[in-house]
Amino acid sequence: MSLINLLRKIKITASMQVLLLLLLLGPGTAATAEEFITLSSTTSTQNSGLFDYLLPKFKEKTGIDVHVIAVGTGQALKLAEKGDADVILVHDKDAELKFVKKGYGMERREVMYNDFVIVGPKNDPAGVRGLKDAVQSFGKIAAAQSNFVSRADDSGTHRQELRLWEEARVDVKASSGKWYKEVGAGMGATLNTAAGINAYTMSDRATWVTFRNKADLELLDEGDPKLFNQYAVILVNPSLHKNVKTEAARQFSDWLVSPETQTLIGSFQVEGQVLFHPNAGQAVTAK
Amino acid sequence: MEDIYAAFATAAGLILNLDGDLLEIIGVSLQVSLFGVGIAALVALPLGGAVALLRFPGRKILIVFLNALMGLPPVVVGLVVYLLLSRSGPLGMLGLLFTVTGMVIAQCLLVTPLIAALSRQVFEDLWVEYAEQLRSLGAKPSRAVFTLLKEGKYSLLTVVLAGFGRAIAEVGSVLIVGGNIAHYTRTMTTAIALETSKGDLALALALGITLIIIASFVNALAYLTKDVLERYVV
Repeated sequence: MSLINLLRKIKITASMQVLLLLLLLGPGTAATAEEFITLSSTTSTQNSGLFDYLLPKFKEKTGIDVHVIAVGTGQALKLAEKGDADVILVHDKDAELKFVKKGYGMERREVMYNDFVIVGPKNDPAGVRGLKDAVQSFGKIAAAQSNFVSRADDSGTHRQELRLWEEARVDVKASSGKWYKEVGAGMGATLNTAAGINAYTMSDRATWVTFRNKADLELLDEGDPKLFNQYAVILVNPSLHKNVKTEAARQFSDWLVSPETQTLIGSFQVEGQVLFHPNAGQAVTAK
Repeated sequence: MEDIYAAFATAAGLILNLDGDLLEIIGVSLQVSLFGVGIAALVALPLGGAVALLRFPGRKILIVFLNALMGLPPVVVGLVVYLLLSRSGPLGMLGLLFTVTGMVIAQCLLVTPLIAALSRQVFEDLWVEYAEQLRSLGAKPSRAVFTLLKEGKYSLLTVVLAGFGRAIAEVGSVLIVGGNIAHYTRTMTTAIALETSKGDLALALALGITLIIIASFVNALAYLTKDVLERYVV
């Protein structure tokens, strides 16, 4: 191999590296030119299409892009604790208040609510249809040892489900792996599993209504006040993480609770159903 | 079965209409995987060559280790890169979490051992063939790697394509590091996972079909390049 050949080869690889480097940095630099905030939220708000409906309107008004990371409430709070989100929109009041109390978050404001529903096989072997009583429904499912699929992912829905089992005096841990199936997954994946084995599960209404693979599952019990599901927006405390974009995050929070946005949320429908009911300002929990 | 038929119809519709959102996620997928694999190849091919030709203590252990790393679970790579890039992590100040660059880093780490381990075998086989010749010319191992790189370019291309296959198909690391942000870090695979979770199995499968078609294009392009090179250059 001649020296010239070798040199040519080196030059090619060197220029290729420069090119790669430029292209690699390209997307990163392009993205920072646009103002954005990172919102960690739950799968229900994303899967229902609410964000696709709301966020373009926020961008139009403020020019701020909102990057949504849709995970369970537990994980959404963890992301925010580590400073990887600027603002969160979640649904687990106990955990949220703890989050604010520990200094990770601030300015918790309630935004909207919907409710949980108990879904299960059409033939309803445990007989929970129309009971309007979540605790009694859970008791009957346990007594009949009918298959029940649990999120088991430390999400807001999962924590609510566990509170109901506790009230029904059912020790689900003891039945784990038998009739009580802990899948450790998001709401959609859990519904897919429940549809696959024709089992009961508890879902937030938004995910259930927009879910497309219902198979033989039906909504069986709803309407118990205990199935109330409140969503709240919380700013991540910038004193722990300097990178947190508090100003833009506060603009988003203000916008969510503004009368215009509240009306928008109330008019968002899927298949003729309102999925989230606005209730901002009705109960404010400050610091 | 209905879902499967519907999936093919949906896939055809998506592709023929050149759906804007679809093109966007295809773009992100290709960008992440091609750069991830490109950078991995720049590191891994010389590494594979070095391990094949050089003799040093611990070489066999390194080979076993590289081979084992081919089975690296993407979720674990994703988790490690997440912890590194998190604002609370050692590289937090770079602000690369939930960005395309972060995803490229994750895929690069995932694919480097695969390309290094497979290319090491290619180089070793070639070395058996060319050792005598190269030695008689007095070539040093560093020079020999260049010669072998040239001689084995087609086998090595297949190795790099295997790396590309792993990168474009994986969901575990890009989901954790990228966050599946719409119009920003959503890839083909994270979109498939999302649609599955919405219960829209037909759309999820249609995206899967599209992914295979895209991967076929990339492989066909590589194959054509090889063909042209063989016919007109060598």
